[in-house]
Amino acid sequence: MDWGLLPVLAVMLPVLAMVLALPLGARGAERMTLAVLPIGLALAVGIAVVVQRTGAPIWHQLGHWAPPLGIAFRADGLSAAMLVTTAMVVAATAIFARAEFGTPPGAAERRQAFAFWPLLLAIWAGINLLLVANDLFTLYVGLELLTFAAMPLVCLDGSRATLEAALRYLMFALLGSVLYLLGVALIYGATGTLDIVLLSQRVTGQPAVVLAIAVMTAGLLAKTALLPLHLWLPPAHAGAPAAGSAILSALVIKGSFILVLRLWFGVMAGQPMPGAAQILAGLGAAAILLGSVAALGQARLKLLVAYSTVAQIGYLFLMFPLLAAVPEASEVAARAWTGGVVQAVSHAFAKAAMFLAAGIMAARFGHDRIADIGGAGRAMPVTLLTFGLAGLSLMGVPPSGGFAAKWLLLSAAIGAGQWWWALVILGGGLLTGGYVYRVLAAGLRAGEKSTMAPAPLAWSRDGVALGLALISVVLGFLPLAAFGLLQVGRLDLAP
Amino acid sequence: MIADLLLAAAILAVAVASILARRTFTAVALFIAYGLLLSLAWVRLSAIDVALTEAAIGAGLSGVLLLGAVRRLASRAEAPANPPPGAAMTVLIGIACACVAAALGAVILLLPEPAPSLAPQVAANLPTTGLGNPVTGVLMSFRALDTLLESAVVLLAVICVWSLTPDGGWGGAPGAAQPILGDGPLLLLARILPPLGIVVAVHILWVGKDAPGGKFQAAAILAAMWLLPWMAGLVAPPRIAARWLRLTVAVGPVVFIAIGLAGAVTEGAFLAYPPGWAMPLILVIEIVLTASIAVALALLVIGPPVPEP
Repeated sequence: MDWGLLPVLAVMLPVLAMVLALPLGARGAERMTLAVLPIGLALAVGIAVVVQRTGAPIWHQLGHWAPPLGIAFRADGLSAAMLVTTAMVVAATAIFARAEFGTPPGAAERRQAFAFWPLLLAIWAGINLLLVANDLFTLYVGLELLTFAAMPLVCLDGSRATLEAALRYLMFALLGSVLYLLGVALIYGATGTLDIVLLSQRVTGQPAVVLAIAVMTAGLLAKTALLPLHLWLPPAHAGAPAAGSAILSALVIKGSFILVLRLWFGVMAGQPMPGAAQILAGLGAAAILLGSVAALGQARLKLLVAYSTVAQIGYLFLMFPLLAAVPEASEVAARAWTGGVVQAVSHAFAKAAMFLAAGIMAARFGHDRIADIGGAGRAMPVTLLTFGLAGLSLMGVPPSGGFAAKWLLLSAAIGAGQWWWALVILGGGLLTGGYVYRVLAAGLRAGEKSTMAPAPLAWSRDGVALGLALISVVLGFLPLAAFGLLQVGRLDLAP
Repeated sequence: MIADLLLAAAILAVAVASILARRTFTAVALFIAYGLLLSLAWVRLSAIDVALTEAAIGAGLSGVLLLGAVRRLASRAEAPANPPPGAAMTVLIGIACACVAAALGAVILLLPEPAPSLAPQVAANLPTTGLGNPVTGVLMSFRALDTLLESAVVLLAVICVWSLTPDGGWGGAPGAAQPILGDGPLLLLARILPPLGIVVAVHILWVGKDAPGGKFQAAAILAAMWLLPWMAGLVAPPRIAARWLRLTVAVGPVVFIAIGLAGAVTEGAFLAYPPGWAMPLILVIEIVLTASIAVALALLVIGPPVPEP
């Protein structure tokens, strides 16, 4: 049985839905989005099952043209795990967003409602493309989809502050695109192909390719917001509507991160770069510590959650020097790889839950000043519980998904003889505990009920946020054997 | 050879002048000149398709957009500029930029000679598509997926621009109202050029299968032929709530995806064309996409609706 069409459909379904959203209008687009969510989720789960069962990546050659002339799709274990994560987070935020961006029958189309649904679908399409495309230029198109959909999401409310944040985000993102494209041209000039699998065989450390990887990595770090290129992230992620913040923080930055992984452990599979990997992880460590300290000092809840994203991005880059230091097939390498990917997955669920919970609180109070959220524990216990559960996963408290990720990274760091990263992981966990505690303590204080909006918002919003937080915790219960899926198709393992 | 050196020097000079220009209008004018010179360079490199696109999109439509931005900036108060970096920082930034430029220059000189190329493979496989223009072969068959996705990106850009509509403008006609001209060269051009331009666009679209040309270039010309009468105040753009307008922008990508899916069903691969059907199907896609992209490009230049004062 040929399963090759599954990844194609996983990409084309949201693309087609986004295109149709324009003539359908706000109400039609909303209903269509809700209709395609289960199909997209089924496709993602199907891909994961096939990859796990066969133990090999799913291939598809578009139009039967083999690379290097044509383009191939390749869904490996990493793709499968992230596809399922993406489909679930997109589905949850779509349900959450209905209260804000829904259009009741007979109501006139509103600007925000018109834009939100196609933007959400475009982000879904862009991430799925980044996960399964195996061609560096096709991946660039995925980056474009992601950038042009994420930017308007930031300034959907149209205020001056969010427009400025969106413009600053656009500048960073376009700089990243230009640098990436420059690298694509250099790599094609040096090797005559853009197919990642072919490149992993052809790259022998040509200076043009090494320089290309350097500028592309720099560009992608600007999009991923790794410190010191994070300056755009806090105002952008804090200014977007809650559903938008959840998608931006949970998924959009992961798209460019996965592409860094593809470059370092796909294109450069045979060429480990331990020195550069130490620098990358050094930036990650700085992000963990400085981002967490900045989060501790924030007065506003959404900015605190946004700085927490700056910090959690740092963990993703700790896997690079660990993988570069040990043999590819070793147990330590497998742990580092799995730890990094599980961090991406568990952070996606936890951060989406946290932003949605923060959005519910901000809507209820009419503000998001942490000092003034007293009474939240009594008035909206589920929301505060959601925030706390997501916080446990971010801290890395057992048995959460965040614990599994951080434990794997920590033990890999010890195994690779790089104990200093273990200290960073432990320190980051303590700081994370600090800022999560700040919010919970403020929320559990007695407060005046009169300052709150009386009408409770739709219960489904609390349910969705709690569901995401629970998933981020339950991930820790998955037996580690299940993560064998993540090793399937690692290009640095290929003979 | 000497002409090429002069061209390269002129491109560099115009680029530097555009960056150094003090007035925004001068900078934009130089940028348009830069785009035109760049398209000449593409001609010298025998990349006629790229030259056409560079002239139409890089210099033409981008130029109109930038000129519009200049006009809007002129009517606004001076925005507070960020303080310039200190002297030490400026030197540091300069050294870093010089290092990157030197490294790029070095690796480009180190690239293998002759450059590895897929051109022979394209030439060998082109007959199966029934096309004569290898660029169209790459865009519509070998790498058709990229073209399909880019056409979706153009549609996304329209949604992007419309999402920036100021409060009170939603659903109305896009763009600021253009001044009604009593007389003048623009009015004359707007009356005379469109019939000619439409014929040229159809020609460029049609020859694209065998010679340089194709949908993007044709669509850019068609968009310009719509923009000219709009700028001269002769026609008003349709309201963005108009169903037919939205359908026109969407129909190109929808047809492309439908044909791609049909290939998946009948041939077992997405975007595979049945034997003998490649050329007619590609023509259908090109024609429908031209309409969609032309309308989308024009809408991108016209901008979001502006609320009535």
